[in-house]
Amino acid sequence: MVDRVEQEARARNATSISRLAVRIGAMSGVEPELFASAFTLCREGMLAATELDIRRSEAVWACPRCAAAIPAGGVLRCAACGIPAKMVTGDEILLEQIEMEVP
Amino acid sequence: MCDSCGCGDPSKVSVEVHDKILSANDRTAAHNREHFVEGGVFAVNLMGSPGAGKTAVLEATARALADKGRIGVIAGDLETERDADRLRAVGVPAAAITTGSACHLDAEMVHKSLHHFPWRELDYLFVENVGNLVCPAIYDLGQAVNVVALSVTEGEDKPLKYPVMFRKADLVLLTKVDLLPHLDFRVDAVLDALARTMPQPEVLQVAARTGAGVPEWIAWLAARRAGVKLRRP
Repeated sequence: MVDRVEQEARARNATSISRLAVRIGAMSGVEPELFASAFTLCREGMLAATELDIRRSEAVWACPRCAAAIPAGGVLRCAACGIPAKMVTGDEILLEQIEMEVP
Repeated sequence: MCDSCGCGDPSKVSVEVHDKILSANDRTAAHNREHFVEGGVFAVNLMGSPGAGKTAVLEATARALADKGRIGVIAGDLETERDADRLRAVGVPAAAITTGSACHLDAEMVHKSLHHFPWRELDYLFVENVGNLVCPAIYDLGQAVNVVALSVTEGEDKPLKYPVMFRKADLVLLTKVDLLPHLDFRVDAVLDALARTMPQPEVLQVAARTGAGVPEWIAWLAARRAGVKLRRP
């Protein structure tokens, strides 16, 4: 992620990165607190004073045919259509926004 | 902005991106996958807790496949080549990846290990991941399928406690089922837990020690292998 951010920053001749927004889903396998503490360990250069904005998304499952939502903790199959549910949100590990200072 | 040299107060620019943070791993995994498809190798990412019976399942798989398919194993562990040694002892070409303190394998580690491994000669390549129900789930290695070994000594609620791992599974191998008569483990409870974590739950019950369920596991592998468009059938 740091490489990607620095690449964007260089492309725009930025002097520093003020804020990063990342989205972490509840079922992504990434723990937001640990992600944040790992980020503080690799902050240097243009990222030295970067604020990290972690956006969370809940695990949401729905039927791919009728779009009916599956209740939390429920069986992952649409009761009406009888087909496997699909995850709508919750598995994201995304870099969504980079805010940088440019001259 | 100063009008003599063009310098001025910095201004904030916001750039919208939509980048997967693990995209570097995903690219390497896609590269591995291309190699496997082109080489006609069906790759299985075998995950599970330490002691779930992953190596025992692979030993039983090697015995059962003996003249029906060539298998090889890349075994990941923090330390030692013990799993790879066990597999070599039953005639399986095996390479060890010792990760040091890393709790999972990533696509790059698998890629590097392929350089010194006769993987192109195989029909099935098993990547025996580091024993862990958490971290291996989020790293694509380039496999065709994810298989999770869950032993009956671990408890029926493991899928609910580690949903990220089980959601990614194409198959759960319920291992050590020969011990069921001695345990309070309820198979219906684990099937219910899996229905709440896997959208298309597939479960096979095996006992590596007695060979029970191994033919069904071999048949599952063969059917899945036939369903992937490998360049060499």
